[in-house]
Amino acid sequence: MAGAAEKRPARAGEGAARPDTGGRRLPRTLHPVAWWIWALALATAVSRTNNPLLLFLVLAVLGYVITLRRTDAPWARGFTYYLYLALTVVAIRVVFRAVFATGITPHDHYLFSLPRIPTPDWYAGIQLGGPVSLEALLSAATDGLRLACMLCCIGAANTLANPKRALRVLPGALYELGVAVTVSISVAPQLVQSVQRVARARRLRAGRNKGLKALRGIVVPVLEDALERSLRLAAAMDSRGYGRAGSATPRSRRLTGALMLLGMCGLCAGAYGLLDATAPKLLGLPALAVGSVLCLAGLRLGGRRVTRTTYRPDPWRFAEWAVASCGVLSAVLLFVNVGYNPAELNPSIYPLSWPTLPLVPAAAILLAGAAGFLAPPPSAPTPYITAPRTEEAA
Amino acid sequence: MITFDRVSVVYDGADEPVLRDVNLVVDEGELCLVVGHTGVGKSTLLGAVNGLVPHFTGGTLYGAVTVDGRDTADHPPRELADVVGVVGQDPLDGFVTDTVEEELAYAMEQLAVPPAVMRKRVEETLDLLGLADLRHRALHELSGGQQQRVAIGSVLTAHPRVLVLDEPTSALDPTAAEEVLAAVTRLVHDLGVTVLLAEHRLERVVQYADRVIHLPGDGRVVSGPPSEIFTASSIAPPIVELGRAAGWSPLPLSVRDARRAARPLRTALEDTAPPPVRPEPDAPEAEVLRARGITVAYRGVPAVRAVDLGLRAGEITALMGRNGSGKSSLLWALQGSGPRTSGTVRVGRNGAGEPGPAKGGDPKSLSAAEARRLVGLVPQTPTDLLYLESVEQELDRADTESATGTGVTGPSARAILDRLAPGIDRATHPRDLSEGQKLALVLAIQLTAAPRVLLLDEPTRGLDYRAKTQLIAMVDELAAEGRSVVISTHDVEFAARAADRVVVLAEGDVVADGPTTEVIVASPVFAPQVAKILSPLPYLTVDQVRAVLPGTEADA
Repeated sequence: MAGAAEKRPARAGEGAARPDTGGRRLPRTLHPVAWWIWALALATAVSRTNNPLLLFLVLAVLGYVITLRRTDAPWARGFTYYLYLALTVVAIRVVFRAVFATGITPHDHYLFSLPRIPTPDWYAGIQLGGPVSLEALLSAATDGLRLACMLCCIGAANTLANPKRALRVLPGALYELGVAVTVSISVAPQLVQSVQRVARARRLRAGRNKGLKALRGIVVPVLEDALERSLRLAAAMDSRGYGRAGSATPRSRRLTGALMLLGMCGLCAGAYGLLDATAPKLLGLPALAVGSVLCLAGLRLGGRRVTRTTYRPDPWRFAEWAVASCGVLSAVLLFVNVGYNPAELNPSIYPLSWPTLPLVPAAAILLAGAAGFLAPPPSAPTPYITAPRTEEAA
Repeated sequence: MITFDRVSVVYDGADEPVLRDVNLVVDEGELCLVVGHTGVGKSTLLGAVNGLVPHFTGGTLYGAVTVDGRDTADHPPRELADVVGVVGQDPLDGFVTDTVEEELAYAMEQLAVPPAVMRKRVEETLDLLGLADLRHRALHELSGGQQQRVAIGSVLTAHPRVLVLDEPTSALDPTAAEEVLAAVTRLVHDLGVTVLLAEHRLERVVQYADRVIHLPGDGRVVSGPPSEIFTASSIAPPIVELGRAAGWSPLPLSVRDARRAARPLRTALEDTAPPPVRPEPDAPEAEVLRARGITVAYRGVPAVRAVDLGLRAGEITALMGRNGSGKSSLLWALQGSGPRTSGTVRVGRNGAGEPGPAKGGDPKSLSAAEARRLVGLVPQTPTDLLYLESVEQELDRADTESATGTGVTGPSARAILDRLAPGIDRATHPRDLSEGQKLALVLAIQLTAAPRVLLLDEPTRGLDYRAKTQLIAMVDELAAEGRSVVISTHDVEFAARAADRVVVLAEGDVVADGPTTEVIVASPVFAPQVAKILSPLPYLTVDQVRAVLPGTEADA
């Protein structure tokens, strides 16, 4: 007899809440990489500005796209947590700025004063407490807000794209890495479940509930359980053909390793050369280019070792190009400094002034929001039924 | 299709080989049933088919195992994935992805099957196993039977010639088990897949088997047609035992055949009243536990709905019902350690002079140590309670745990264990015990607190016939001491032999509650094989028939 879950109808009212069915477009999930490019580009754009008006605009755009294009899948319910995390980031920044006060000048607006805690001589660099100015708090808040916005961009990518499908586009050479991540994602909830089960069983024996002994009573059965389970999983994966030998020889494997290692060195050197203005010119773009070529070669060579195919690969069509490019375009617009005064991106706090909304950057961010209707509507209402799992079903 | 040529398997550090000089040929399209007690090497035999033994498990394999012309010595399991599909006991352990469709495609992705072919095969397999409605569902949301069907489907998509199933139904309720076995037989009949199936509850599968491979326990392997093997084998389902007792030849293996053969037997038994399965108490015993209006809800969804239950001393109650019907929740709520949304439990106190607590009450409102003196519970996974390095240490710990706080102590854990399961080596690591021994150890630990009420949550899982008979002896002894025992189980044959009373739960409600004979004889799902064969006569077990039939005194 099938479980009770099967008979339960899908959650009512889910379909009615969906604002857009995409008109004539077929509902489908967008390629996860397109969402990631879009979100990362937007995060890059955010890194350019401190203007709270622009930052709030970014948050609004994220909210719009997410409400329009997320699915009912478990991973798509997480954006709220990213918002909480963002709020925490802002709060921590402001509180730290208030506690580790950096002093106040006569021009600043005095807000309040915290009791000063004397620090020993060897700790002279930092002072605790003291007067706090409005300017200090505001600059901390806008800084925090920028970080929070970038966090939310990543959160948006995680909400819009299935993280496991995103791992599937990894190149063949990194396939094992992808599987390891996928398996550990699914093992984590099982581990939580078995901790709960064992902790509950502890009470049956009325063992000590505190201290090291109790910890051992929980940790030992849980770990033994996890170990046995992972052995069985490994056996199952082995008998289902995981890790079948491709055309790799020991020599080609060594070559792959060498190429990857050199490539990574090149990439690191290149990044250093680009970011550090005093570094010799040769270290910049050329090293980066050589590094990436080596890495690509290594990945290609390593990929040959794994022979496998992908079931229902996500296509890359016009919608993917559109979403990715509107993200990238908005980042480019915020970096080129054309048509607006770059100072407007980072409005001055000293002296305090009301930020203005520069026209071109605002338009660029709104352009990123176009992804909301450029992406096709998410695939048809898959009945992700959230049956509360009872103890017995567990 | 599968050839074992003088195969012996020795694990590292073991003196005796698990399999000794096995010669075996399994032809294409056969459904082979592998039977034997726990620990005789069934899993080793099955693992050798796709090379998990010895490539994955270690040990040494002498001789040669050939599958579809490939020698497992040169082909590790992954190179045999396109020929042999393996399904284990717990489907959740083998899942790599998280939705049904992706799981079905996983093996094909590894085999580099072209995408167009993959798409087609997934659709076919969804239809073949009746999974089409579930294709986008997350795997952990499915019921046990559905999960096991997905696990079978996920190896079938690679189009293997051989399917190896190691106790695929041990965690399932009768209906879900039927569902899985029906799918397996369909594969054998329609696709000509060769199936090797190990199963403890033979009564479910014996009728489908073309051949039986019996492992008597000394490393040998005997194979032959079912009716031939079962005339002599040490393990047999009730239908076979009934056939042996009644002297039927050839042995009928399905209820249908047996009913035809049983016509004379039914006539002969018509006038005799069946002896009771279990000795009836002289006088109704006193009630030791009274539960009123027990409700358990998880996030607003009720798992147990206002259940009233009274348990009497010396009575063994079987709690039955499909997976997810609230059996575990009810047991945990009665014990007081699990959540209880509303309702009361009242446990009577022990008489003066008896070991155990002097006061009764609601276990929920007492401390954990006091609650377990009133009601003991053995959870579904007994090993959750074990965390020390040896049986000895566990027993010592149990004694100190139970002695704290009270002046009165019962017999020591060691004495109890020796009585329940004599002959367990004290230095053994608890994880190395057999399932039956683990259960006995945890029972002994829980009994040191001398509870009047003992609850066992699915103790029959993974037990073979011998271990079940031992378990029945254990609970009989506990009941004889005046304890009330509740056993939740899916195993109807076990319930028929062990229980005085059966309570059936469905969606959290009690739908039937009464003496075993009355409740399970009439039910098409819960009736044991003997009841099905001899219906309308109210017989439940082979022992009853043996007691009545002249000339067949209890010989087993």
